[in-house]
Amino acid sequence: MAFKGVLRPGLIQIRVLNMGEAINHYQNILGLNIVTTEADGRVYLKGWDEFDHHSVVLRQAESAGLDYVAFKVDSDDYLREIEPRIVAWGLEVDHVPAGEQPGVGPRIGFTLPTGHRIELYHQIDMAEDHPGINNPDIYQRRPEGMGASRFDHLLCYGPNIGKAREFFCEVLDFYQPEKVDLPEGDGSLAIWLTASNKAHDIAFVEHEEPGKLHHVAFLLQDWNEVGAAADIISINDVSLDIGPTRHGITRGQTIYFFDPSGNRNEVYAGGYTAYPDHPVRSWDFDHVGKGIFYYERTLNDRFLTVLT
Amino acid sequence: MRYRVTIENSSEIYPCSEQQTLLQGMEQLGKRGIPVGCRGGGCGVCRVQVTSGTFSKAKMSRSVISEADVSKRVVLACRCTPTSDLSISVVGKMERALSSEHLIQTEDDVSVAAVG
Repeated sequence: MAFKGVLRPGLIQIRVLNMGEAINHYQNILGLNIVTTEADGRVYLKGWDEFDHHSVVLRQAESAGLDYVAFKVDSDDYLREIEPRIVAWGLEVDHVPAGEQPGVGPRIGFTLPTGHRIELYHQIDMAEDHPGINNPDIYQRRPEGMGASRFDHLLCYGPNIGKAREFFCEVLDFYQPEKVDLPEGDGSLAIWLTASNKAHDIAFVEHEEPGKLHHVAFLLQDWNEVGAAADIISINDVSLDIGPTRHGITRGQTIYFFDPSGNRNEVYAGGYTAYPDHPVRSWDFDHVGKGIFYYERTLNDRFLTVLT
Repeated sequence: MRYRVTIENSSEIYPCSEQQTLLQGMEQLGKRGIPVGCRGGGCGVCRVQVTSGTFSKAKMSRSVISEADVSKRVVLACRCTPTSDLSISVVGKMERALSSEHLIQTEDDVSVAAVG
């Protein structure tokens, strides 16, 4: 197997202000399926094309935002072997016991210099309601709402993103398909990192305040589905940010909107296939508008300042 | 029932029903004055102080509106509906946007917002 170590961002726990409103949004608008609701009130959901038990965890809290994102790794051995490398790089590692989330084995967690909590895990049960395996149909039943097929990636805002790049690339063997340079010096304003063939599994923008969430993205199949998502946003009076449009960076077709607690969501289709031997695509600071919003060719203030 | 909302910073006045939030009322009429963010009580961009009048409010993210804020009648316009005529003052971090024609900033402003 050529694809080793970290496989993908597999779990994300998001804080919401009102669980009823959040369930309506993630289930009926995005089209995720509820897997289970547990005694502590957390609600577990998944996209129709995901095999694992769940991918999205909603937790009702006093503040919106990101609790953590967890990456699935290829083996228990990797999970054991990576821990001392993380510690040697300088991060403190803690342990989350198996069963803290239903169907999920032991996890390890640490906080990046950007203020974001990252976790790694290997074991997770297969979902009862999983995509077909033997002579599989394209789907088991027609998805609801936008029909988001999976949790795809996230964009985090925080300080020290250069350190985050170093950590992901040197310790977890990610690579960097794309970046936006700062107007002066060697640093980056924004970086796109991946462990896979996707143009990004996680991205960062340099920002003063640590631990902020810019958006959580879900995959759609094509541009038509992005258009249908825009229809659903208007039909249901969902808070729209921008789109449908396209990114210069990653080349994805996209629409941004907000969940009822103000967490930004993206539904996304397309984008190029990344390989670790490709050059890092670079955007000069004075081209960042086109990089982020390829059709508008200008950044809006909201993209840079509206975070949870 | 419709009430009159006055944005003190810009002297903008618009009607807002008790079924709408202060932000919805403003946006729907194409008015400007209160910065528009997530519209869900999460990001804190539409922070205003209610200087006169009464209102009802829904849950707001504690990380952007503290208990001290609420006691000073500092709230998020996206989570408040009027129950009388109101005067509000924009006190959010995007206050500077009020002085420009629109929310698209120059590159210098973008670099300040993103980096500093």
